[in-house]
Amino acid sequence: MLIPCPLCGPRDIREFTYRGHAAYLDRPATEDWSEAWNDYLHLRENPAGPTRDLWFHGQGCGAWLEVARDTVTHKVTSARLVAEEEA
Amino acid sequence: MRYSGLRVLTEGLRGNTGWKPAWRDPDPRPEYDIVIIGGGGHGLATAFYLAQEHKLRNVAVLEKGYLGGGNIGRNTTIVRANYLLDGNSQFYSHSLKLWEKLETTLNYNVMHSQRGIINLFHSDGQRDAYARRGNAMINQGDDAILLDRDGVRRMIPYLDFDQTRFPIYGGLYHPRGGTARHDAVAWGYARGADRRGVDLIQNCEVTGIDIEGGRVTGVQTSRGAIRAKKVGIVVAGRSSQVAAMAGMRLPIESHILQAFVTEGLKPVIDNVITYGMGHFYISQSDKGGLVFGGDLDFYASYAARGNLPMAEHVVEAGMTLMPMIGKARMLRSWGGIMDMSPDGSPIIDRTHIDGLYVNCGWCYGGFKAVPGSGHCFAHLLATDKPHPAAERYRLDRFTTGRGLMDEESTGSQHNLH
Amino acid sequence: MRIDGYGHRISTGAASFTFNGRTIAALEGDTVASALLANDIRLVGRSFKYHRPRGVLTAGSEEPNALIQVGTGDAMLPNIRATMQEVYDGLSTRSQNHIGPLERDLLSLNDLVWPFLGAGFYYKTFMWPRPFWERVYEPMIRRAAGLGRMTRKASPHESERAFAFCDVLVIGGGPAGLMAALTAAENGAEVILADEHPHPGGRLLGEDETIDGAPAAQFASSITARLKATGKVRVMTRTTVTGVYDDLNFGAVERVGSHHAPQPALPQECFWRIRAKQAVLAGGALERPIAFPMNDRPGIVLASAIRSYLHGFGVVPGDKVTLFTANDDAHRTALDLMAAGVEVAAVIDPRHDAKAQGDYRLIAGGEVIDSKGRQALEQITVRHNGKTEDIATDCLGLSGGWNPSVHLTCHLGARPVWDADRHMFLPAPDAVPGLIPAGAAAGHMDTAACLASGVDAAAGALAAIGMQAARPSLPEANEDAGDSAPIWSVKGKGRAWLDFANDVTTKDVRQSAVEGYRSVEHMKRYTTQGMAPDQGKSSNIAALAILADATGRGIPETGTTTYRPPFTPVALGTLAAGAQGKGFAPERKTTSHAAVTARGAPMIEAGLWYRPSYMPLPGETHWRESCDREVAMVRNAVGVVDVSTLGKIEIFGPDAAAFLDFVYTNMFSTLKVGRVRYGLMLREDGHVMDDGTTARLGEHHFMMTTTTAAAGQVMTHLEFVSQALRRDLDVRFISATEQWAQFSVAGPKARDLLNGILDTPIDDETFPFMACGPVGVHGVQGRLFRISFSGEHAYEVAVPARYGDALYRDLVARAEAMEGGAYGMEALNVLRLEKGFITHAEIHGRVTAFDIGMQRMLSQKKDFIGKAAATRPGLLEPDRERLVGIKPVAAGDALLAGAHLFNEGADPVRVNDQGYITSVGYSPTLGHGIGLGFLKSGPERIGEKVMMVDHLRDVRVLCEVCDPVFFDPEGGRVRG
Repeated sequence: MLIPCPLCGPRDIREFTYRGHAAYLDRPATEDWSEAWNDYLHLRENPAGPTRDLWFHGQGCGAWLEVARDTVTHKVTSARLVAEEEA
Repeated sequence: MRYSGLRVLTEGLRGNTGWKPAWRDPDPRPEYDIVIIGGGGHGLATAFYLAQEHKLRNVAVLEKGYLGGGNIGRNTTIVRANYLLDGNSQFYSHSLKLWEKLETTLNYNVMHSQRGIINLFHSDGQRDAYARRGNAMINQGDDAILLDRDGVRRMIPYLDFDQTRFPIYGGLYHPRGGTARHDAVAWGYARGADRRGVDLIQNCEVTGIDIEGGRVTGVQTSRGAIRAKKVGIVVAGRSSQVAAMAGMRLPIESHILQAFVTEGLKPVIDNVITYGMGHFYISQSDKGGLVFGGDLDFYASYAARGNLPMAEHVVEAGMTLMPMIGKARMLRSWGGIMDMSPDGSPIIDRTHIDGLYVNCGWCYGGFKAVPGSGHCFAHLLATDKPHPAAERYRLDRFTTGRGLMDEESTGSQHNLH
Repeated sequence: MRIDGYGHRISTGAASFTFNGRTIAALEGDTVASALLANDIRLVGRSFKYHRPRGVLTAGSEEPNALIQVGTGDAMLPNIRATMQEVYDGLSTRSQNHIGPLERDLLSLNDLVWPFLGAGFYYKTFMWPRPFWERVYEPMIRRAAGLGRMTRKASPHESERAFAFCDVLVIGGGPAGLMAALTAAENGAEVILADEHPHPGGRLLGEDETIDGAPAAQFASSITARLKATGKVRVMTRTTVTGVYDDLNFGAVERVGSHHAPQPALPQECFWRIRAKQAVLAGGALERPIAFPMNDRPGIVLASAIRSYLHGFGVVPGDKVTLFTANDDAHRTALDLMAAGVEVAAVIDPRHDAKAQGDYRLIAGGEVIDSKGRQALEQITVRHNGKTEDIATDCLGLSGGWNPSVHLTCHLGARPVWDADRHMFLPAPDAVPGLIPAGAAAGHMDTAACLASGVDAAAGALAAIGMQAARPSLPEANEDAGDSAPIWSVKGKGRAWLDFANDVTTKDVRQSAVEGYRSVEHMKRYTTQGMAPDQGKSSNIAALAILADATGRGIPETGTTTYRPPFTPVALGTLAAGAQGKGFAPERKTTSHAAVTARGAPMIEAGLWYRPSYMPLPGETHWRESCDREVAMVRNAVGVVDVSTLGKIEIFGPDAAAFLDFVYTNMFSTLKVGRVRYGLMLREDGHVMDDGTTARLGEHHFMMTTTTAAAGQVMTHLEFVSQALRRDLDVRFISATEQWAQFSVAGPKARDLLNGILDTPIDDETFPFMACGPVGVHGVQGRLFRISFSGEHAYEVAVPARYGDALYRDLVARAEAMEGGAYGMEALNVLRLEKGFITHAEIHGRVTAFDIGMQRMLSQKKDFIGKAAATRPGLLEPDRERLVGIKPVAAGDALLAGAHLFNEGADPVRVNDQGYITSVGYSPTLGHGIGLGFLKSGPERIGEKVMMVDHLRDVRVLCEVCDPVFFDPEGGRVRG
């Protein structure tokens, strides 16, 4: 599988580590445990099909990427730097 | 038809023309007391125990493909009860006891082979962690033996003790651990359930779950609507999709786990061996293939296949541990869809919808759980009370923080196992 | 039998090898199979279950029967295809899977009781008496099963791995592959052409055809020469593409050294990871046998294999050949044989309208219904026009049609599509994006169509990557593939084999359907059809056709089983070449490595690092002696230990302090420049991730230390927090673990020692406890931190790594002059245990700050990672297992890490479990064993007695629960 790193170009998944669904980007603002926190940490759509998930280019540029990908076909359609505002 | 050596003999003499179907191929009836969604190992075992223990026979198992076509048909066949934590400890102990009489229970030879499992450790710290585990196993009433390096060498002399990157300090041996013939487990339960009146309905995909006033009333399927008083979801990697039909989100992410088998060889590996410095476990099947696996590919996937980097990594671990396997050749690789829970332990519980029950989160360890899972899920479905061996497999443990069972100690959140 | 004047693959040079100890004369270029057949050796092996005699069936990697042992001793390899192994002088081969001589295999007794060994028989028996399964039945089955044999030692020969990249990968060098490679290369693409055999050409080397008026084999070699002349094509022969993975990543095995005598400089094989922008699958097709009764005898060979042996090697597998086929293509075999002077006794073709293509006896409308011959074929029985006729023959060629090699198109999950007209499964459209099937793999069965489809495929590939595609002119070639009719099996008495390797017969498939195993996957798994080393390459399709018939479904409804990689088996030593021994993981060594090993310190692995366990002095005979001495040395004088393995992360930026506030549970923004603070880090799930000290070296500059084990994880975590969660913070960081060599200098004389090396001496006022700052060390810019993991007056001094070796030696020499010296991990562990300091033995992943008594470190004034989750009620219940100190009531008793804790008098079973011990040591300072552990409601039970129970080592010790800090609880020494 190749991940199109916006900084490095298409790179083999050997260079990346995985974090899970991009839902991890939307960290609740509250400091107390709540249903929102349970959602954030545990509950998942877990789609069979298009998804967005987080990959770390640890053996590359060190960027965290949000990758648009299909969990059934493994087709990767795009990747963006999570450090940048969403277009 | 009862199976026995005599039957094989007499049928053989009659040209093997008298064999009867192992199960019927019924059309779905309009209504059942209990509908099990999923004809994999766990679903079939659930149906079997409903009929056998609870005498509930107005039961259907709905399978979208063929019986036993999920992870029970593609795993590394390891059976063990060597868990550390309260909750898992009693459950897998219970399951192993069911395994130990499974041939008799099912009148089907599932080839359960208690050839022993050894978990190797490679540092003092790992030894201490395994000692804690081994003591927990004995506390539970199961068996464990702590071997030092020489003890391991006597048992498995062909490991690399001298050149390897991470020397072997010793191993935790679990003599009652072993393997079984995975397909036979599914078939044995299927046949047993069918003989007791359960309808096993293949090629029947559930497309909807009917709920009225907070209570489940039945399911929609590719073969029509089926009414049911109770519905159990036992669909492993597809848990999220089926739960979504009831408007639920589960604490599950589906991941790919690869496994591998080599060409047949005359016996070289007698036990099940696991490596402590990387995910790698191996045994030799009765047919002679070396069956082995390792870690998840580590990305959410429903593709039931993996990629090369993890395949190479798994074999690398094997090569550093037992370099003889370099001469064996990988015949086939495959992938299963793992329903990964946040803490790596399963869920057997009611849901907030009356009559709807869920059994999922077996992660990459569901095969050995099949008898226990079926037995405990049947108990829950039949009595509405959790079986004592599975009472800690609660759906709400993640939000209460109570009774998390993070065996791998990597964290009770997704993608850390 | 060898025929003069034939043989594109052989030369006149002689080579000899041994088979079962017998010397076999061969020619250079022979395979073991061709050489055995040339010497009229037809019995090559035994089948899996019935141990039936088996001979060569094919001329390729799909061979199910002729599997042999190659090599001797620890180099011996099992299950090698005799059809692929090339001979060389000195090659040693043996047959496999028999007891006693191959000709008189004891296990052939199984064949006499075959009616009792049908599909799935073992699921129905061996159940009584129960203990017999593991003690009697299973060992018996295991010994009988399996195929080849190997020793339990590593092979002395190594392989290697490599990466390759190209614009267009062409898989298969037959007519389609050659034209595809030519088209791509001549348009400027970088091409890899991979072919399984020693020479490109594929079927062109096995047919009597002409292309552009020249012999087909000559055409193949001239195109190959043209390919090489372009300078754009890497022609990889003896290379099997074994799998395709996501985004056109391919695995391939190249046989580098296995076709000649071992040469030390050459690897046996190379596993290639090939990344292609586009690929052409021109892997050809595999011929199908026909399942007629007793169709498994040596001498029964695929019709195309007969032509391959004739044209490739000048070998004919018999003297009197018959053919059984329902397609015109196989009739060519008769013509080719007759042209070579070989007797063709008959061609049996079940088609009533079949026409002879030459002067041979054609039995149209006939079927072969039986065969005879004890160890090889002697006679066949043919049924035609209601009569039967015996025909003497020692070689029967079979052709039931062709299966395109669609395997790779299915590796990503696509299913092939049934073509009812051509009765073959074809690749599904766009099955693997960017992998374009061509030639016979795409169902083109005549040479002209193959050549043209190779050009088309390459043009498609070039267009997909935006390259021009000028088409080479197409050579003139055979355009007629002839007619064909499907034939899967012949009805009759006796067993008709489908899977020769696993002994699966048509009866087994039908029985499987009767017993309810009607899905193709059930049939496969119940009968083991297609699960042998050949993975059913030549038998799966026929088996599913039989199943379709038995269940009354069509072939497309029945469907195929799943094609999985690898296409042909891959040696694990090739797939993971280099990983054996130390090659599994990198080795990280500190700058003091040479100095400590020179002192005889046993090294232990700490993650990827090596660290000294203890530093033995002459005369010390036990590690405890050294350890106790080292502990006393630190407590009484001064000790030196390398702590460079701890993760070091430099953090910069105006918001660095705010960032640390967010990743640590406690405050860092309040830390003064020049000061160090201990920090606790949680995962977002509220459990402890790591701990360590962080120093504020400047207003906007921090230096974080992590534990050795968690360095990588913490770095990844910080990047995530910074990039994903706190983009508002202006902060940057970088790992500096390798840049700094860092040494702990601990003990009452630590400052005296340091003042000998520092450019500017320090005192308590300029450098109090938890101070930090830049220092000159022998004139080198370094850093000093006054922190302690031993409870002693201690410092960590850091210098650029290139000075590490010199500084370590200097520090140790100075320490020794002060009655101190170097210490190792064992002493370090005892020192920290005496002080109740935790390591990853305690923060093992399942504990919370509450559990380790650090609840107060969870700041109420700010948000931080893990804060919300840590407040879940279940994580704050008092009866959780919480950190305590443990000491034996009797001072002489030793504690054991991993032991569990129980109330005195309680039965040591799970329901009574109170906790467990994580770390233990013997404290020479206190004169008794000490330990840390977790106990239910632990801190509320200080002073209570508990029983330590270790079932594994059969030890019970009555213990007292105590505070985790055993030594100097007031902390006076650290400030001293």
